[in-house]
Amino acid sequence: MNQVISITPSTMSDRDKPAVDAVAAPTPVPTMKPMAVVPPSAPATTAGPPQIAFDIQDLSIFYGAHQAIKNVSLQITAHSVTAIIGPSGCGKSTLLRSLNRMHELTPGARHTGSIRILGDDLYGPGIDPTVVRRRVGMIFQKSNPFPTLTIAENVLVGLRLNGVRDKVFLNRRLEESLRMAALWDEVKDHLHRPGTSLSGGQQQRLCIARAIANRPEILLMDEPCSALDPIATGKVEELIHELSRDYTIVIVTHNMQQAARVSNKTAFMYMGKLVEYGETEQIFMNPKDPQTEAYVSGRFG
Amino acid sequence: MSATYDQYRKAKSHCMSGLAVFCAVMVVMPLVLVLFYLLKMGFSSLNWAFFTQLPNADPEGSGGGMANAIVGTLELMVIALVLGVPVGLLGGIFLSEYGGEKTNGFVRFAADVLNGVPSIVWGMVGYTLVVVPMHGYSAFAGGVALAFIMIPLVLRTTEEVLVLVPGAYREAGLALGIPRWKITVHIVLRTAFKGLVTGVLLALGRIAGETAPILFTALGNPNWNNSLKEPIAALPIQIYYYAISPFPDQNRQAWAGALVLIGIVFLLSASVRIIAGRRKKA
Amino acid sequence: MKSTAQALPATAADLPAPNRWGNRIFEGMTMLSVVILGVCFVCAAYVLVEGAWLAIHTYGWSFLTSQQWNPVTENFGALPFIFGTVVSAAIALLIAVPLSIGTAIFLTDLAPLWMRQPLTSVIEMLAAVPSVIWGLWGLFVLMPWLHDHPYTWLNKHFGSIPIFGGPIEGSGSCIMSAGIIVAIMILPIVTSVSREILRAVPDLQREAAYGLGATRWEVTRIAVLSYARRGLLGAAVLGLGRALGETMAVTMVVGNSPKIHASLLQPGWTLASVIANQFGEASDDLQRSVLFEIGLVLVGVTIVVNIGALILIKSIETPGTRRA
Repeated sequence: MNQVISITPSTMSDRDKPAVDAVAAPTPVPTMKPMAVVPPSAPATTAGPPQIAFDIQDLSIFYGAHQAIKNVSLQITAHSVTAIIGPSGCGKSTLLRSLNRMHELTPGARHTGSIRILGDDLYGPGIDPTVVRRRVGMIFQKSNPFPTLTIAENVLVGLRLNGVRDKVFLNRRLEESLRMAALWDEVKDHLHRPGTSLSGGQQQRLCIARAIANRPEILLMDEPCSALDPIATGKVEELIHELSRDYTIVIVTHNMQQAARVSNKTAFMYMGKLVEYGETEQIFMNPKDPQTEAYVSGRFG
Repeated sequence: MSATYDQYRKAKSHCMSGLAVFCAVMVVMPLVLVLFYLLKMGFSSLNWAFFTQLPNADPEGSGGGMANAIVGTLELMVIALVLGVPVGLLGGIFLSEYGGEKTNGFVRFAADVLNGVPSIVWGMVGYTLVVVPMHGYSAFAGGVALAFIMIPLVLRTTEEVLVLVPGAYREAGLALGIPRWKITVHIVLRTAFKGLVTGVLLALGRIAGETAPILFTALGNPNWNNSLKEPIAALPIQIYYYAISPFPDQNRQAWAGALVLIGIVFLLSASVRIIAGRRKKA
Repeated sequence: MKSTAQALPATAADLPAPNRWGNRIFEGMTMLSVVILGVCFVCAAYVLVEGAWLAIHTYGWSFLTSQQWNPVTENFGALPFIFGTVVSAAIALLIAVPLSIGTAIFLTDLAPLWMRQPLTSVIEMLAAVPSVIWGLWGLFVLMPWLHDHPYTWLNKHFGSIPIFGGPIEGSGSCIMSAGIIVAIMILPIVTSVSREILRAVPDLQREAAYGLGATRWEVTRIAVLSYARRGLLGAAVLGLGRALGETMAVTMVVGNSPKIHASLLQPGWTLASVIANQFGEASDDLQRSVLFEIGLVLVGVTIVVNIGALILIKSIETPGTRRA
């Protein structure tokens, strides 16, 4: 059984993996167009029901004997910003990392339940995590541009190391990605400086550009602003808003005000369980669950 | 009791401090003395002839040089490098990127034990495994014996350097969907490059001066070496034979050879320091 | 293979799939290297045991206790070399360990900051000097001086004491010289390991002692040295491991005599240096096999000593092992 992740028909002729053609997508997936082309800016006010980026069903994650995520079911809408909030240790980072299979890097990790990404089973038998992670980009808490690479090389590393060589294409993608990350003007004359020569906020935007350069469909952000000053944070939040037009963004944050500022939907987690999930306004103004209410009004956390 | 006893304690403390200084001086002295005598006895013999000529066929005569030994040492270093560094490097990569805790403990232990084996043993191993089957001493055998020394050395230094590369870079690479091995080669190794190079240079410096392992593998050669299958001259061997020889001119040349050898070793150490850049505080 | 007009990946989903074998081959290569490391181990063991087999069969255990060394009658015993190795190593440790620990104390507590780096560099350079160069220097510089000054004096005035007795070689070759040269050679490693050990002692210990009004030496003795005792012992044992294996310098100064003398001022031989000296000249299989057996003994002892050293040193590097 080979990779279940489908590809756009237009590029199929250049692929030399015959087995891919034989893949029977388990469910018909009418929505498998390259996301960058699709325009909607707000979750599904127009044609048809909102696409589901992640369909999480009854997910539990164990690290050895310890259960970090307890029976979470959640549907994350595409082209929106979904925030996951909760006190330390509630499992929000684990949940985020399960969305691109990064939690598997911890020894002893296993899961039950299922996650579907844009209709495909994320943990299907033939799925290569490497391919998954190209479609789902990740930004980490502490920016980590590669120190031995220049700014330009940092942005393009995902493409280059995955076999793309066309210089014209790469240069174009470099500029596009840096523009989308609101960094182009600041670095366009210094593309040959090392990636670590930028300030903290710029480095984080560089990491965003690096992740975007792959043109993933989804961006996961794990407390991306916690190491940044307020001005840099503001810039990144603005960026998130811009990017949400073309990408699905899931952001974990311990900063409730930030969640309220940037997200369309919010999920509140506590002790591994999903306590409440809904429109951001509703969660913060009118929480249904008393625990949610206690958290958002600052009575614990 | 108190006043004089305190004085005694203080005096004793000063005494001990003095002793510590004495110890430090005693430790420095041999290096100073050896360098001094190397320069005094060997420098005057370092002439063009020494670097370009073969050893004098007549042991009692004067003149001749160690050209073949100098080149031979470099050649042996290259052979050992080619044989030993890839193994040591990949082994170190295994420990840092792929190994489990138990396996790693085992491997590290084995490497540490191997690092402690007296180098003459590797000469005997080279003799049995290469010289005997090949029916003769050879440069290759010498290189093999030296490679045995290099492998555990480079393995440990590689591992030490690679684990210093922050896990954040590996994570970032994985999150970009780059295959694991490419992350290791293009990101981790690249980040640790300086450290890897210094590790190799240190190992080379160590084997440049090794005599025992090549005594009965490479053997030494009064002439130029023309193939890997022939015996080859090397500085340490040449120095040894000339030093214990009864002929004064050969003794003189031993000093010169020793000066060249220590020059090579110190050159490698200096490169390590330059590459490593600013060193951390003592 | 790849088409020349490579499809430009509009999205991540279009990127060419990773080579299925890339990871496996690479990991396989690293595992192979580890296997090769194990093979080195096996090679050493095999070569030594196989080479020594003849001698082991011929002499049995008495090999280790016999003093004979007669190539003509094929009567061999390793006792002189064991003796020489043990005595020269003991001398080396007696000289080097106090000096090294003293230097380590100097470096960690007493030396002004500007001096520390240069001194450390000097010690590293000392470690880098090849064995054969120490032998050369020992042969032409140290030994003549030792002979002319301490040896002659000791022999003349204390010759009645066995360890300083007997006729001494004009060249100065003797076990004492070997011990001194080996001491110089193990100074760097014992010093640097001792220094690491002393640095691992928490400052809290020192501060507590200072707070009680102790003098500098008392602080060192009570708070530092006793805490670091095991580790320093490990450093000394590590030095011992190195001392056992020193070959070239020893063979140039020890006198190469297969006899056991009570006197330190008389020549002897060590396990490592007899191999270096005789291996190339071994006239027959039995003699060569004897040398392999000597090598086996040498390696066996060295490995045991080094393991002991590693255990001792590691015990100090994990804090919390010592009760108050």
